[in-house]
Amino acid sequence: MDSFETMLQMDKTKLAQPVNTVEEKWKLLPAFLKVKGLVRQHIDSFNYFINSEIRSIMKANDKITSDADPNFYMKYLNIYVGMPDVEEGFNITKPISPHECRLRDMTYSAPITVDIEYTRGQQRIIRNNLPIGRMPIMLRSSNCVLTGKTPAELAKLNECPIDPGGYFIVKGTEKAILIQEQLSKNRMIVEADKKGNASCSVTSSTHERKSKTYVIMKNGRYYLKHNTFTEDIPIVIVLKAMGVECDQEIVQLVGSEEKVLAAMAPSLEECYKAQVFTQVQALKYMGNKVRQRRMWGGPKKTKVEEARELLQGTILAHVPVVNWNFKVKVVYLALMLRRTILAQGATLKVDDRDYYGNKRLELAGQLLSLLFEDLFKKFNSELKKIADSTIPKPRAAQFDIVKHMRQDQITNGLIHAISSGNWSIKRFKMERAGVTQVLSRLSFISALGHMTRITSQFEKTRKVSGPRSLQPSQWGMLCPSDTPEGEACGLVKNLALMTHVTTDMPEEPIIRLALNLGVEDVHLLSGEEITSPQVYLVFINGNILGVTRDYKRLVRTFRKMRRAGYLNEFVSISPHHSYRAVHIASDGGRVCRPYIIVEKGVPKVKTRHIKELTQGVRSFDDFLREGLLEYLDVNEENDCQIALYESDITRKTTHLEIEPFTILGVCAGLIPYPHHNQSPRNTYQCAMGKQAMGTIGYNQRNRIDTLMYLLCYPQAPLVKTKTIELIGFEKIPAGQNATVAVMSYSGYDIEDALILNEASLDRGFGRCLVYRNQKVYLKRYANQAFDKVMGPLIDAQTRKPIWRHEALDQDGICAPGERVMNKQLLVNKYMPTVTVPSLQATGSGPGQHEYREVPISYKGIEPSYIEKVMISSNEEESFLIKILLRQTRRPEIGDKFSSRHGQKGVCGLIVPQIDMPFSDLGICPDIIMNPHGYPSRMTVGKLIELMGSKAGVLDGKFHYGTAFGGDKVGDLSEILVRHGFNYLGKDFLTSGITGEPLQAYVFMGPIYYQKLKHMVLDKVHARAKGPRAVLTRQPTEGRSKDGGLRLGEMERDCLIGYGASMLLLERLMISSDAFEVEVCNKCGLLGYSGWCQYCKSSTQVASLKIPYACKLLFQELQSMNIVPRLSLKKYNE
Amino acid sequence: MEEIRTRVVLNEHEIINVNSTDFPGNYPGYDDSWNLKKFSKNFRVDIVNVNERDMEFDLVGIDASVANAFRRILLSEVPTMAIDKVFIYNNTSIIQDEVLAHRLGLIPIKADPRLFEYQTADNNQGSETDATPEDTLVFELKVRCRKNPQASRDATDPSDLYIDHNRLIFQDFEKEIDIKVHAVKGIGKDHAKFSPVATASYRLLPEITLTETIEGALAERLKDCFAPGVIELDEVNDTIRARVANPRMDTCSREVLRHSELKDLIKLSRIRDHFIFSVESTGSLPPDTLFMEAIKVLMSKCRGLIQELERDI
Repeated sequence: MDSFETMLQMDKTKLAQPVNTVEEKWKLLPAFLKVKGLVRQHIDSFNYFINSEIRSIMKANDKITSDADPNFYMKYLNIYVGMPDVEEGFNITKPISPHECRLRDMTYSAPITVDIEYTRGQQRIIRNNLPIGRMPIMLRSSNCVLTGKTPAELAKLNECPIDPGGYFIVKGTEKAILIQEQLSKNRMIVEADKKGNASCSVTSSTHERKSKTYVIMKNGRYYLKHNTFTEDIPIVIVLKAMGVECDQEIVQLVGSEEKVLAAMAPSLEECYKAQVFTQVQALKYMGNKVRQRRMWGGPKKTKVEEARELLQGTILAHVPVVNWNFKVKVVYLALMLRRTILAQGATLKVDDRDYYGNKRLELAGQLLSLLFEDLFKKFNSELKKIADSTIPKPRAAQFDIVKHMRQDQITNGLIHAISSGNWSIKRFKMERAGVTQVLSRLSFISALGHMTRITSQFEKTRKVSGPRSLQPSQWGMLCPSDTPEGEACGLVKNLALMTHVTTDMPEEPIIRLALNLGVEDVHLLSGEEITSPQVYLVFINGNILGVTRDYKRLVRTFRKMRRAGYLNEFVSISPHHSYRAVHIASDGGRVCRPYIIVEKGVPKVKTRHIKELTQGVRSFDDFLREGLLEYLDVNEENDCQIALYESDITRKTTHLEIEPFTILGVCAGLIPYPHHNQSPRNTYQCAMGKQAMGTIGYNQRNRIDTLMYLLCYPQAPLVKTKTIELIGFEKIPAGQNATVAVMSYSGYDIEDALILNEASLDRGFGRCLVYRNQKVYLKRYANQAFDKVMGPLIDAQTRKPIWRHEALDQDGICAPGERVMNKQLLVNKYMPTVTVPSLQATGSGPGQHEYREVPISYKGIEPSYIEKVMISSNEEESFLIKILLRQTRRPEIGDKFSSRHGQKGVCGLIVPQIDMPFSDLGICPDIIMNPHGYPSRMTVGKLIELMGSKAGVLDGKFHYGTAFGGDKVGDLSEILVRHGFNYLGKDFLTSGITGEPLQAYVFMGPIYYQKLKHMVLDKVHARAKGPRAVLTRQPTEGRSKDGGLRLGEMERDCLIGYGASMLLLERLMISSDAFEVEVCNKCGLLGYSGWCQYCKSSTQVASLKIPYACKLLFQELQSMNIVPRLSLKKYNE
Repeated sequence: MEEIRTRVVLNEHEIINVNSTDFPGNYPGYDDSWNLKKFSKNFRVDIVNVNERDMEFDLVGIDASVANAFRRILLSEVPTMAIDKVFIYNNTSIIQDEVLAHRLGLIPIKADPRLFEYQTADNNQGSETDATPEDTLVFELKVRCRKNPQASRDATDPSDLYIDHNRLIFQDFEKEIDIKVHAVKGIGKDHAKFSPVATASYRLLPEITLTETIEGALAERLKDCFAPGVIELDEVNDTIRARVANPRMDTCSREVLRHSELKDLIKLSRIRDHFIFSVESTGSLPPDTLFMEAIKVLMSKCRGLIQELERDI
């Protein structure tokens, strides 16, 4: 009877569930990541650049001619980027692996080769595969040796299979090119300034130039603003200059509504007042307003010609003008004007700059292509210059341009830009710093987080909240949690898990399709038809294509075609109703993400598809190809009805979310139960996860990094998330599962301090390894002398090496396994005293030089051990010695720890196990945490994590804390009860000190704790006496220079207020830079050893103590012809 | 009054009467002064089970401080032998020297520490010659991972390819560990590796009192609230009646207090002076011997204290 009842109940719950749920649709996510990898956006972009973009750059600049010889020409036929290799001298190359580049401080780059056709004298010659430079290769891109390798093959190349790639190796350092966020190019943006004046602006960008054009309103009249003109040009004159001479036509183009007419009238009047009626008059008017630029040769142009050319090529440069047919540009400008007028009249809302559909992301490939095009143009102009100057000269050999093709310009340009991060592109006058960063290898997560980072070009100092705040349109595209605190808050963002960034694709087929679908070409239309309220304008990538009557059909058909695979999956089409426009976008840099298509209220992905996916007979691309999934960009998302869960699907729904937790990025994905935390806590954890030490990759023991922190015994978290599994964090974790008791203990736990169990530390909790390296170069000098390394000095009595040389091996380099103390030598290096070639050639051969010691010694308060020594060479130096030093550290008081919920704390006390409380089972906590950490921070996720881990430990399995899902607290509690634990996770503890029970039940269980990189050993600093600065004789500053601790202004003010004058004197002078000076009381100047040189007497010279800085000031003033005089008086007069 | 003196009461959100208060003169009408006769009458040790590795026994009629003293001494003051010095001649494995030494140190050594002396300070110079047969055990480990000549051509498993291969230590062949280790006598206070027990702890004997008779479905529910065996159901006059069978099995999960209908029918407490002591040895000595050693340590400490006191007087 009872069981029947339960059966009934079960059925009810089943009935409540939606019919035919797609179970485990999250499995699409690993499939997605398998195809694309975690940093696919970088790799896709770079692949696009080296495989197709580079060719179009070459095509755009493919011909070099010479002014000196009309017969001479050189033409590029093709361009290739090869596979990475290294030149081992004498034109012998061998393929190179990324790891070798890291170790040997080299650049992981591949040759760029071209096929050319050129003339030598009268001959026409075709040469293939000529190198013109070297291109740094992105790891895991199509030209990288790592692509398509199995884990075993990767292991042979010393590469970690989990490492996502997407960065460059330049001179041995790993460099990531950050994603740059910009306002999209070639799109109209209508804005209003503070006074409420509307304006419409477009940033045009073509391969040649970049310019910004505004249509603004001033005193009821409309003007065109552009920085090539000295003043704003009345818009009507501009339109006339483009060939629309009739006022009626102008008005028709802009719109013939009453309101528009009224707004246009003053502008028309102004044009009349300026007495401009014809195109030539208008051009003349504009020509007079052109900003004079320095003349650089060329035939002198008339004003009219100049204005016409500006209109053609510079103003609204992205709108094509073919054969001086300004039609499209006229329509475009009229539309800008129309929008400005409508925005002024508040019929139209102004655009939101922060709306993410208006943003484009610039990735490594695009940035490199800008740079490469610049360098390529420079390379070509250099060749032209050489041709111009060499051809006229009579020579024995005929001019052969191949001999003048120098590789280093392009190579160094690329390498320098990537290694310094300064992107300077001449033709756009672009100067950007900090485009690249050294890939942070503190932990795996920090490296991964670095690859998904987006920086915005927005100024950091400006105090506006708009660009910093979270935009609703960023939903699913950018991680809402992962942003730094402080000045870059909200400007530096991170991609969400499923975001894809598009690359450019050709417009022509899309235009052809649009025209076939009934879009009427703008060339065929008059103004009245374009502004008619019956039609929608059709734009492609910001350019006007034409109009359509039935936009719905256009959009629907377009999407059908895309789903059927006739169009690229990343082409987006979306109507914009207030503009009465349809936007088709195929440009690069748009963010998009995949969704499940829903038709007639039923998702197209069925359980059967997922089953096939798990069986491995179906891949993610199949889903796209069969039209079950599609990518939506931000603009198209706005035209869709997307259901979050299957139960939310209604008749109107068009798409279904694949999995809600994909709105988070990789860093936020590590947090268990983030949806239970107060949101800033998740943000804090995103920042802290990057400082946690652990494992950085399977190849960590083969790396020789400048600084590397590893955990001795890293553990996979007991409560994991789907993201953790997807990114492989459980394979290379950064943290340990510590048993935490949430209780107060001893008072050393205030302000988030943690109490650690000594026995846990003895057994290896929080134990970490710190690796550092030391580089030594052995140089060869111009006079053929070179550095040398000598064996250790032997003490004459003991026949043992002297103490400083104890760690050295016979070859003079420290031996692996040895311990080095402070000031002991790592390499016993000697350098020749003379390094410049002497003028008179002495008979002494090499080896006869005199040497002096330049020992490389170890500095540090704690000794280190030598892990390994590498002897190699790189492009510049003949010898490169890299020494890897290791320290093992056990946690101490002051070391920083943090859980995964933004709850950081330092170790406040280390308590022996016997004093720790214990439970009935004899379990002792590893960490005691003060409960005051909870109420104000509201990190409920941490409480649930504890329950989850505890249940997991008891059940012998991992539990999930995935965002917006994960195991339910109720279920976890049930597991606890089943194993005889309290429902709330609170245990009965006994005090280890008194042996009596504690008065409260204590919430105890495992929580995943991270050890952060901030350790006391790296920060301890104190000094009694020590080095002083040379100039001021005051103590040096900073720990690295063993500096003093500053008694600053505020501290000084305290002492003044307190009246502690003698203490002040002691602190500020006696203990700092006291200096005894002789002062002549007659002239008031400083003397020397009882003698005043000015008065030539010693009668009134007195000695007194002043700060050295004061003496310095006097002397500096004297050097500026200012005489400071000291007058001395008796103290009691 | 009796309850305050002898029971620790477990309420839903707090524990009351946690401290022992039966010191002389605290309660009028009770003679709490300590005398041997009374103590030996009340004091009882029942060994529940004992084997080579672990032991459970009851310690009844004793103050928490004394029971705790035994626990603390077992954890940190009973000596054992553990590896303290590792002399590394060669280590080309992937484990770092320090980590290897740390892990070797944590290996429990089955050697009777009573047969050894403590290493004296002047005998602890950090050199290999420190070792004397009285205070040090010397071990040597010399392994080298070599290619297996008999391995078949298409073998890929490292354990077939190599001899003496340990995947955790050696990545590749021709890796070698050549070390000499010294194990010395020490106590858990200095380092957890010297602790002779995995853990030693105790809990108080739970007591469950049914304030009213609980019958029927309620009784069933009561049974489910406890670990199996704690509550038994008897059939009395055609109804099922709950009976506390074995409170010792209770894990003190307080599950019953979550049920509002049962909450007021039951009282959970623990007996203050009944300690269920458990000792898990790491293997160097059997747990019962360890406990005897702990008693000896406590006795010697007491002797020391008495000596100190007497000297001052």
